[in-house]
Amino acid sequence: METKQYDLIIIGGGSAGLAAAIAAADHGVEKILILEKEDEAGGILLQCIHNGFGLHRFKEELTGPEYAARFASEAEKRSGIEIKVRSMVLKITAEKEVHYSSEAEGYCVVQGKAIVCATGCSERTRGAIKIPGDRPTGVMTAGLAQRYLNIDGYFVGKKVFILGSGDIGLIMARRMTLEGSKVLGVAELMPYSNGLTRNIVQCLNDFDIPLYLSHTVKKIIGKERLEKIVLAQVDEKFQFIPGTDQEFEVDTLLLSVGLIPSNPLLTEIGVQIHPKTSGPLVDENMQTSIPGIFSCGNSLHVHDLVDFVSMEGETAGIAAAQFIQGTLATSEDVIRTEPGPGVGYLLPASLHCGKDADGKENDFVLKFRVQKPFQNVSLVVKQNGQILKKVKKAFLIPAEMENLTIRQADLLEKNGILSVEVSNE
Amino acid sequence: MKDLIIIGAGAIGSAAARTLAQYELDILVLEKESDVGEVTSSANSAIVHSGYDPVPGSEKAAMNVRGNLLYDQMCEELDIDMRKIGSLTIATNDEEVEILRGLEERGRQNGVPVQMLNREETLALEPNLTPEVKLALLAPTAGIVNTFELSVALMENAMDNGVKLNLNEAVTGIRAIEGGYEVTTNRAVYQTRAIVNAAGLFSDEINNFVNPVKYEIQPRKGEYFVLDHFDPDFIRHTIFTVPSSKGKGILVSPTTHGNYILGPSAEFVEEKDDYSTDGETLAQVLATAKKLVPSIPMNQVIREFSGLRAVEKSGHFIIEESLPGFVNLVGIQSPGLTSCPAIAEEVVKFLSNTMEMKKKADFNPRRRPMVRLNRMTPEERAEFVKKNPKFGNIICRCEMVSEGEVLDCIHRNCGAATIRGVKRRVRPGMGKCQGGFCQPRIIKILARELGIKNEDVRMKSPGSFILMGETK
Repeated sequence: METKQYDLIIIGGGSAGLAAAIAAADHGVEKILILEKEDEAGGILLQCIHNGFGLHRFKEELTGPEYAARFASEAEKRSGIEIKVRSMVLKITAEKEVHYSSEAEGYCVVQGKAIVCATGCSERTRGAIKIPGDRPTGVMTAGLAQRYLNIDGYFVGKKVFILGSGDIGLIMARRMTLEGSKVLGVAELMPYSNGLTRNIVQCLNDFDIPLYLSHTVKKIIGKERLEKIVLAQVDEKFQFIPGTDQEFEVDTLLLSVGLIPSNPLLTEIGVQIHPKTSGPLVDENMQTSIPGIFSCGNSLHVHDLVDFVSMEGETAGIAAAQFIQGTLATSEDVIRTEPGPGVGYLLPASLHCGKDADGKENDFVLKFRVQKPFQNVSLVVKQNGQILKKVKKAFLIPAEMENLTIRQADLLEKNGILSVEVSNE
Repeated sequence: MKDLIIIGAGAIGSAAARTLAQYELDILVLEKESDVGEVTSSANSAIVHSGYDPVPGSEKAAMNVRGNLLYDQMCEELDIDMRKIGSLTIATNDEEVEILRGLEERGRQNGVPVQMLNREETLALEPNLTPEVKLALLAPTAGIVNTFELSVALMENAMDNGVKLNLNEAVTGIRAIEGGYEVTTNRAVYQTRAIVNAAGLFSDEINNFVNPVKYEIQPRKGEYFVLDHFDPDFIRHTIFTVPSSKGKGILVSPTTHGNYILGPSAEFVEEKDDYSTDGETLAQVLATAKKLVPSIPMNQVIREFSGLRAVEKSGHFIIEESLPGFVNLVGIQSPGLTSCPAIAEEVVKFLSNTMEMKKKADFNPRRRPMVRLNRMTPEERAEFVKKNPKFGNIICRCEMVSEGEVLDCIHRNCGAATIRGVKRRVRPGMGKCQGGFCQPRIIKILARELGIKNEDVRMKSPGSFILMGETK
């Protein structure tokens, strides 16, 4: 078999992959291949036809397809970037061989000097959260319903209930209502919402759709198509509270119960996976445990704003360029990170003090989510137990990813443990 | 007048159809569901039992042991995914050790190879088993089979050899007439010289239309978990708890595609269409499974399901010619899947009583092999896809299924006509995302190939629609 050679192979042409490609091209990488499974590049944004994208990046509100188009056209302008669509990657090797398949080209193997994995995430399903009851149609993930509605142009339900207050669920509550469906409510297992505040306001409150906190679906009823659901309230230990059962006659139950980074290509070659995020363990360069294989976007950890996905893609793209050019600084000294009290996960998992692409001492962008909502607290960054930085926060919610930048000059030393915690002081 | 009507196209009816297709008979199979193997035959443990367990001398023991023997040739001829990986039945206390010794003796009496393994030997074979294991019974001839493929392959081969299959056709009455029977369905009235009742959960109702001796099926539900294919070496054998009066107990087993299955529970239910799962029951299944394999990673669970065993009140397999030319296959619960080729042989014997059984000269026992892309080397695959480009278009990202495989499974005899039919034949939708990625693609392919609208594509039965029409 003929094996074509590339400098950089990017798996996934969504927001992360496109940003990585553009950044790599702008940092001198000449032969870049993006492999995209769908009919066009753009990723999940293509089905997110609502607006609200790009406020950080472009200081304006774009729809998902508009945001994606800006990156796609930037990628097109760069002659070094080749995008192959309808191309599914089947496997990669630690030696950076990439096997993909398409109708147009058949089964192909390409060789890269570096790989960026930007394969996105997938939705948790009914099976994953084990909702008891019958197994009718009409129970589907919110993202699938969004695809049917916005890409394929099909209606999926007239009377709808939504389980989970993740952003896609909230967006779909509004979208289904605008399409003429009756959305009877959104239930959330936790005592707080799992979506962005603006989505609660704009998608539920503005349409008088009730939000049932500390509630979940106890039973699904329907032999062929969904007929009804039983909703019940749960206590602090997530046990059903007797006497709180409510029945809703609905033909559709949308699930917005979490997203899981999708990394079968990486796990198969033994890349180390973060126990909390399900994405790979990466350092400040987004480099995984296999040198020259990078990860970014929702396959690294699930984001709530695409602006940060693009930024992360750029970080990975620049680092991949440095890796290919042999200038990616690797240091023996490693700082490990760990989430402190109140913090769910903390990325990157490890940090190396080195130089960035411009030859300056690199900064570290710490990304994390808190475990539950907090008010009037401080975020405290510590190294080996000593405070490096303290930032006051009026509100912190798990639905919003937090960013903190630490400069090398802030550090006590080039190794040890760096942690972030929520403090009441 | 037809020679034979087989009622029910599960594993038992399909195996009977395929075996009888060797003879010069005009055979019609009536199936009330939208696909073959749609009910009990697709919701079970998918195990080819060795046969150490049934009471020696019973019909179950005979059918199980003979069926297991016939499986190798049947699966080879029909290209059915089956592997004899062996089973281990685990004792963790003195009481269970006693039961296990009894089972070993039963196995000897049934003529099934069995071997006792001590703790060290067992843990050497299966390092992830509970360290509490005291003794294990190894049955090397036990296997795992792709239970979805089984009914489909049997029926496809039967149809290749002239058998006719009508789906979505339910029998509503049977009466004896001169020289045979009159069978009334929701669509037509047929006359036939003979009937094979392989109606599974509904085999009592079919029998009771004509036989003065009445039977009663009591559905016994089994609930399961399915895990993703995360590590091919996590468990290599089918692991059983010691059986009880309720069934063979809980098992932990790999499937033919490297998934893992945990279950089943065993509870009698009232309704023959109650496939609900229940949180408490599944919690018990899990607790028992974890006693066998403590480190089961529950974050790998992708689905729960339940199946109904067709248990006759007597608890026995009823395999008999109850009336001249009316063959009953009633109460074929576990180990029915294993027994299906042996039961088909029995049917031939019974029918020989009433009709001349002349073998066809041109019977072809082989099914055209499935295209299994994931088992080809890159070179073989590149070569194959070059000639067949649709096999390059991957439409399922969890199980890496190509459009070509979907098209093939639609256009064979006994082809898929529903989303579930495609899923059961070539696996899109079986993976972690449970159809989130592939379902829109499968709907479009089915609609295009069957010449119907996207919104008329069904999951399985006529009421199981997904789409409700186009948006404005």
